Amino acid sequence: MDTHMALEPPKGWLARWLEENQSWLEEWRRGIHRFRRSRLSVIGLVMVLLLVLVAITGSWWVPYPEDATGALHISERFQPPSLAHPFGTDEVGRDVFSRVVLGTRISFQVGAIILIVAITIGVTLGGIAGYFGGWANEIIMRITDIMLTFPGIFLALAITAALGPGVRNAMLALSITWWPGYARLVQAQVLSAREEDYVESARAIGAGHTRILFRHILPNLLSAIIVKASMDIGFAILNLAALGFIGVGAQQPTPEWGAMVAFGRRFLPHYWWYSTFPGLAMFFTVFGFNMLGDGLRDVLDPQSRHGA
Amino acid sequence: MQLRYYILRRVLLIIPVLVGLSIVTFTVARLVPGDPVKLAAGPRASPEEIQRLREEFGLDKPLVVQYLEYMRGVLQGDLGRSLMNGHPVTTDLRRYFPATLELVLVSMAIAVLLGIPGAVIAAVYRDRWPDQVSRVLALGSISMPIFWLAIMLQLIFAQHLRVLPVSGRFDARAPYPETITGLLTLDTLLQGDWTSFRIALRHLLLPAICQSLLALALTTRFLRSDILDVLQRDFVRMARANGIPERIILFKYVLKNAMIATVSMLGFLFGYSLGGSVLIETVFDWPGIGLYAMNSALTLDFQPIMGITLFVGLLFTLVNLGTDLFYGVLDPRIRYGR
Repeated sequence: MDTHMALEPPKGWLARWLEENQSWLEEWRRGIHRFRRSRLSVIGLVMVLLLVLVAITGSWWVPYPEDATGALHISERFQPPSLAHPFGTDEVGRDVFSRVVLGTRISFQVGAIILIVAITIGVTLGGIAGYFGGWANEIIMRITDIMLTFPGIFLALAITAALGPGVRNAMLALSITWWPGYARLVQAQVLSAREEDYVESARAIGAGHTRILFRHILPNLLSAIIVKASMDIGFAILNLAALGFIGVGAQQPTPEWGAMVAFGRRFLPHYWWYSTFPGLAMFFTVFGFNMLGDGLRDVLDPQSRHGA
Repeated sequence: MQLRYYILRRVLLIIPVLVGLSIVTFTVARLVPGDPVKLAAGPRASPEEIQRLREEFGLDKPLVVQYLEYMRGVLQGDLGRSLMNGHPVTTDLRRYFPATLELVLVSMAIAVLLGIPGAVIAAVYRDRWPDQVSRVLALGSISMPIFWLAIMLQLIFAQHLRVLPVSGRFDARAPYPETITGLLTLDTLLQGDWTSFRIALRHLLLPAICQSLLALALTTRFLRSDILDVLQRDFVRMARANGIPERIILFKYVLKNAMIATVSMLGFLFGYSLGGSVLIETVFDWPGIGLYAMNSALTLDFQPIMGITLFVGLLFTLVNLGTDLFYGVLDPRIRYGR
């Protein structure tokens, strides 16, 4: 502690905090500036925020909330889009619009859970492999390589076929197939961070392995993980929908987009609205996430300007 | 000399990967709850019949013995038999693989033929409207639920406009062409059978477009940013100072230098796609590996699952090796040391 500090009038906590974090805040300010300059990322952010709002509040304002839980209105079946039913009705007279809106929440929840599980497993395993090296690294990374060779959807199919169809099992299957990407990413980064001076200094003042790994190294990888996660969540949603489409994901009457497209497909070409609108919802959701992820990458990871 | 050792080492490294893959698949396929024998025997089978079927397929022995026996068969080129239809897995693979290969080859060709010019245009007009349009299209393509797009294309082109067939690989009413390679478009061309060629091509078009979308989007954007990187290098400035026309600089020097990352990405995607696209093959009723894999997985038919995994895994690693060797063609400075 500096002795003359006590003579100065005490600064408010905010001013002190701003001062201490100046360089970091400056970086954020620049990041936000870069983000705002890219029109696509801002559109993506707005789309995602709107959809999150729809996912949270949808059940309060959809015109026919009971249509997501097994209501039947046979006399109303296969109504084309109209004011009462903006997206038409399905084969048992349920409002497709209400079901598409209520499907948003399912997709968002499942996408988030898949990523949380995958990141937890992947970061832990990748961190251990990269930090300790040696045998741990060999074993973990060989398993990761094998998992990456394996077409994910195929494994997911086998798992859901074995455990029985349903949203929960589909989610479990996708989580199991999703972690290797994160293990890869974290392992490579930890491997190079291990040699950095700040790790050396932490070790010199006596920090333990767990502390070095979780308090010093991993926070530095946060932006890389966030960038990957923002690009992945859309794909997790697509994969859940794919399982629903094949028939091993969500089951009736759950309003899941992929399953809705699959059911609607049986009534093509005549009742086109049934398959079309859930698919459009899926497309715009994933598109929003991908545009947002693209912008986030420019902000958080300016070195890698690869890809779309 | 060094190259030969490199190839040998890489080929030998395939063995542990395949053994690992087979153990993982075996474990997953056998330890999951659910009884494939009961499924295969049908709901009305008596316990004796189920027991007989179990013994016939050797499923009553300990797992380790089953695995070793299976691997002994694999070394002799025997991938076992399907519980569901009784066919040897190798026969089924030979039947389904050409359809997937044809689809993947044509889709890769589409991706390369449209992607390279697309990338060049986007790079030349950097941050102006052609670049922005290409960025939106690429992001849109990777965001597309592919099964939904496939259904929409069917709805528009096959059911509404009636200009293309809805599904399948060939017209059921026309005589099926004689197969040589199993790639119908190639076979009909080799035999000079233009009518059959047109039928095969028309069936291939929509699935190939769907299949090409991801590779096309990635090619356009990857290559664009690499072209922009290469354009910054000194040799480009030198070439410009020497008055070499921009067109020659771009297509002769820059493109070749910028291709490496794209080639590696396309190689990965090609190897990966050979596993078959479950979704595209389902929607278009395309009799490929993806459809075969899905049906095997859904019925827990474990010999085909093992066979497909090993076969696809082998192809994937071989394609990756081929891609790595192709770098040497693009950039002769690359030495294959360690």
